[in-house]
Amino acid sequence: MTTTPILLAEHLSKRFDNGVLAVDDVSLTVGPGETVGIVGESGCGKSTTGKLILRLLEPDSGYVAFDGKNLANMSGQRLQDIRAKLQLVPQNPQTSLNPRLTITEAIAFNLRAHRWAKREIGPRTAYLLDRVGVPAAYAHRYPHELSGGQLQRVAIARALSTDPKLIVCDEAVSALDKSVQAQVLNLLVELQRDLGIAYLFISHDLGVVEHLSDRVVVMYLGRIVEESGAAELWRRPAHPYTEALFSSVPGPGRERLVLTGDLPSPANPPSGCGFRTRCPVAIEACADSRPEPVTVGGDDGHQAACIRIGDGVTATASAGVA
Amino acid sequence: MTTATRIHTPPDIASSPLTLPQPSRFRGSRPAPAPTEGTLRVEDLAVAFRSKRKAVEAVRGISFTVEAGKTLVLLGESGSGKSVSARAVLRLYSNAVDISGRATLGGVDLFDLDERAMQSLRGRAIALVPQDASGSLDPLRRIGSQIAEVLRRHGMEHGRKAARLRAADLLAQVGIPDPARAVRSYPHELSGGMRQRALIAIAIACEPKVLVADEPTTALDVTIQAQVLDLFASLQADLGMGLLLVTHDVAVARQMADRVAVMYAGRLVEEGPGATVLEEPAHPYTAGLLRAVPTPETPRGQLQAIPGQPPAAGEAVDEGCSFAPRCALATDQCRADRPELVPVAAAHWAACPVVNGRVPVEMGNAPTTVEVS
Repeated sequence: MTTTPILLAEHLSKRFDNGVLAVDDVSLTVGPGETVGIVGESGCGKSTTGKLILRLLEPDSGYVAFDGKNLANMSGQRLQDIRAKLQLVPQNPQTSLNPRLTITEAIAFNLRAHRWAKREIGPRTAYLLDRVGVPAAYAHRYPHELSGGQLQRVAIARALSTDPKLIVCDEAVSALDKSVQAQVLNLLVELQRDLGIAYLFISHDLGVVEHLSDRVVVMYLGRIVEESGAAELWRRPAHPYTEALFSSVPGPGRERLVLTGDLPSPANPPSGCGFRTRCPVAIEACADSRPEPVTVGGDDGHQAACIRIGDGVTATASAGVA
Repeated sequence: MTTATRIHTPPDIASSPLTLPQPSRFRGSRPAPAPTEGTLRVEDLAVAFRSKRKAVEAVRGISFTVEAGKTLVLLGESGSGKSVSARAVLRLYSNAVDISGRATLGGVDLFDLDERAMQSLRGRAIALVPQDASGSLDPLRRIGSQIAEVLRRHGMEHGRKAARLRAADLLAQVGIPDPARAVRSYPHELSGGMRQRALIAIAIACEPKVLVADEPTTALDVTIQAQVLDLFASLQADLGMGLLLVTHDVAVARQMADRVAVMYAGRLVEEGPGATVLEEPAHPYTAGLLRAVPTPETPRGQLQAIPGQPPAAGEAVDEGCSFAPRCALATDQCRADRPELVPVAAAHWAACPVVNGRVPVEMGNAPTTVEVS
């Protein structure tokens, strides 16, 4: 990374009260205007990572620095000022927009919370709705009167309202029908081009993440198992889990690496590598210690946390491929 | 089989949780009809939900055939009527819902059976894998007992012990590790993928001729989805089941379909061989749906979205083509007359007067580049 990252998360860990270690020593950076994707299956800790970064949850250890400032010790107005620049587009706009506020009021609410002058709020909300492509005729409607796609545009307008530098998109398009999802993805890219916003894009949808991301982080059982530039990652997935994940995407007549078994309980993860219980190339040594990230191929910051990298084995070749 | 009128069967002890109990008007001793082969034919199916204030026409006259041993994918977005169609075929709606058309399984007219005869076919000849694995299993009963219920109901196993052993066999068949333990487990003790497999085990317990799977992998992670889709394929190979697979996921359709029927606003807009429909679609909606999904080649931010949004269930205008408001090719004729399905190639139909039998919409090109004669 040549420029100073806008977001720097170092060694974040979070264990919930029920004993689940949701995030285990996760570090990542996002550069200005960059899109970093986090992919993984349910329970891998990707949403919790997003919440830790937004400080909607307090990490047990590690810290988050945004725009060069450590969020850990911040509170009150200083944290509020940071949050103006660090916004969220949540998965489900039906539940994240107050049903008793019109969409204009919902956006104005955010602006008031960030102490915008009263006389600026009206023109600003009108501008924002126009910017995200919500017709002016809808401005005084309530959330239940809008479709899912329109509501997600409103959620984006609300996130945009305070001129953020980074937006965390947590499964922001997952609930939308494909024909509408494409519209919203195009809008996100257009806004990024025009306004230079960085995205942390959390999704289980590999196609969407590949389309949108400059860099991608793959998580499994609370840990980052692989990280790389997006194109490089899809060209040469190195971690056996990433290989399995990519080859699980349905399609006709391709070689598929079907994993056996389910995700282990995050409350009681396996020793050593978390993936070893389902890994087709696991060896005894995988149980001994947690694998450190190693550089793969040297391109594009490609790193994978697997001790078998460099042994010349691939998961696809080793498993009984369907 | 043409003798599918008034069938009298002995009353069952329990009534299925999925159906309303019917008045026991029909008591007798004639056996329920048994479909001789496994072709499911649906003709002109329409489903409307009526309330005092309005009627929602969720399905507006669709026809399709699931050939024995083959897979038909019913593909569509939310509100298109795909799940309603599947459930209507199984007669899972109460009498308050208006259903018309015909559904025949191996010559037996499902809509002409009385409720008890239908119950004897449901699970035995045609079975459902529902979408929501957590909501579809009884949380208070062990998995084994829920599988055994189907077996005993259809007289496949009589003793409790035999039924339990067969339940374990079935769980092993759907790839559950340690089936002996899973038989004794309650649903909450299993993961989502395992619960979905348990539902598949229940559905295949009596080796039905047709399996209706309603978004069976939508709630699952992609690695588990791959396992479940493989399982369907191998079960089909072993048991020769027909599969009616309802999904919104083009990639799932591509992997599984022998034939694809694309639904929009309660109607079929295109039907044909899976490979053709999903590679060289004839209807502008199908083409648009395929283009809206990102591929590695799509330049970032240049997805070809379909403008507007699909109509909510039953909200579509009934004059002209329901897709016309979002279609780049729409003409005045499209807005005035509702298009019928016409052949565009061998065993391939599309309902579009503009396309009208040609297969013009190249993948990757904007629909506006298509010549309109």
